[in-house]
Amino acid sequence: MKQPLISCKGLSIGYENMTVLEDVGFDVKKGDYLCVVGENGAGKSTLIKCLAGLKKPMSGSISLAKGITRRDVGYLPQQTSIQRDFPASVREVVTSGCLNSGRWLPFYTKEDKDKATRYMQELGIADMAEHSYRELSGGQQQRVLLARALCASSKILILDEPVTGLDPIVTGEIYSIIKELNSKYRITVIMVSHDVKTAVKSANKILHVKNTVQFFGRTEDYLKSAVGKAFVGGGESHA
Amino acid sequence: MLEMLSYPFIQRALVVGTLVSLCSALLGVNLVLKRYSMIGDGLSHVAFSSMAVATVMNWAPLTVAIPVVVVASVLLLRLSGSGKIKGDAAIALVSTGALAVGIFIISMRSGINTDINNYMFGSVLAISRSDVALSVGLSLAVLALYVVFYHRIFAVTFDEPFARATGIRVDFYNMLIAVLTAVTIVLGMRMIGALLISSLIIFPAMSAMRFFKRFAGVVVCAAVISVVCFIAGLTVSYEFSAPTGASVVIMNMAVFAVFCGAAFIRGKVKKNQE
Repeated sequence: MKQPLISCKGLSIGYENMTVLEDVGFDVKKGDYLCVVGENGAGKSTLIKCLAGLKKPMSGSISLAKGITRRDVGYLPQQTSIQRDFPASVREVVTSGCLNSGRWLPFYTKEDKDKATRYMQELGIADMAEHSYRELSGGQQQRVLLARALCASSKILILDEPVTGLDPIVTGEIYSIIKELNSKYRITVIMVSHDVKTAVKSANKILHVKNTVQFFGRTEDYLKSAVGKAFVGGGESHA
Repeated sequence: MLEMLSYPFIQRALVVGTLVSLCSALLGVNLVLKRYSMIGDGLSHVAFSSMAVATVMNWAPLTVAIPVVVVASVLLLRLSGSGKIKGDAAIALVSTGALAVGIFIISMRSGINTDINNYMFGSVLAISRSDVALSVGLSLAVLALYVVFYHRIFAVTFDEPFARATGIRVDFYNMLIAVLTAVTIVLGMRMIGALLISSLIIFPAMSAMRFFKRFAGVVVCAAVISVVCFIAGLTVSYEFSAPTGASVVIMNMAVFAVFCGAAFIRGKVKKNQE
């Protein structure tokens, strides 16, 4: 409990020769709900790609707690253009999250299938299990991808802009699902969001980045801090 | 019609062609969805050029072409993944470059016309007795690997970032798809032709996608379409003494047209019901 699940020290992040973020350090503890905020192009998504292991940081280290590996990470990426016309049923997509168990079986076990069914029920998509993923609404698709991420791991969830392009009502639904997963199952959540106003309502920790770490700490303190006041209060354009 | 089965070359073509059609349809679904539809075209031209070298040097065509095309396939995937050269441009570079080299080499020898014609447009007579064992063995291996890794190939095709983030060895599976595709292309191109082989990858997948919404459904349907079209095409080519490759592709086109029409009508009916 004392030891952080994920600990980042002196991270520099960027593309080729351009550094976007420098000297980033923060810890994520078990049960945390950390929201990464910042302006467009501040490097939030790049930072989270490093955490998800998709990109190597230019320098610095990301260390995982003892007993935690990549296989304990569930990830919700931004949607790709390939998925928009991909023929796949909801069940096929959700179950594919179970593949990281490390077993060398060509088929899903009963355990995998049960797990997929359980999470589909949990997220209210069980009745559309045989529907086509591409014919679902944006909010339903995000539920499917969340269920898949949970199949991959129920310890850490990394979410990259989970509400992009969703209407306000659906956005609220997705946020409350994530909040519930965090409080009910003590799943550690790390999320990037443009929508800072809603994000600060559910996250207990905030990481604000611009060139480097502008703020890292509890949400209450963030709302009192100068950087937090400016961004949340004056940041209408980012909401 | 049954008399055609009494010819050994037709029997060979039927066995090898059915297996290759199966392989290409399965892989085709993934390649089309991954936006690598034209990879078959690029690879078949590489195969053409390596077979040209083999012909000139009097080596066995398959044993030369398979390793060369496998390497080319892996390189193509790497090249387009690196982002410096975009996928379609990379394929066009490799495809035309290899074709030029092949034609140059093959022109060094006399009697080039039949060879070029056979490689470009395919011939049922191209499959010798010794090729059958190798072709059957390799295509069964491709099928077995596809079935064993089916779920992982699905995961990597549907969402590469997610697969990578959750610890699936994405590079390995991409490599596997590249190698399997390369082998399938080489095995199929001599019968279907270098210019036509990529249609075997694209058409069945496209037809199946008009109708099926589940990935498993699309894969099975594509496999069935591909095999049926191959057998129908082979029969037609025997009856009319037409080239096999062209006949098979025309069958595939016909099925695609029918499926498109049926999907359109189904859409209309559904709309009226609502």
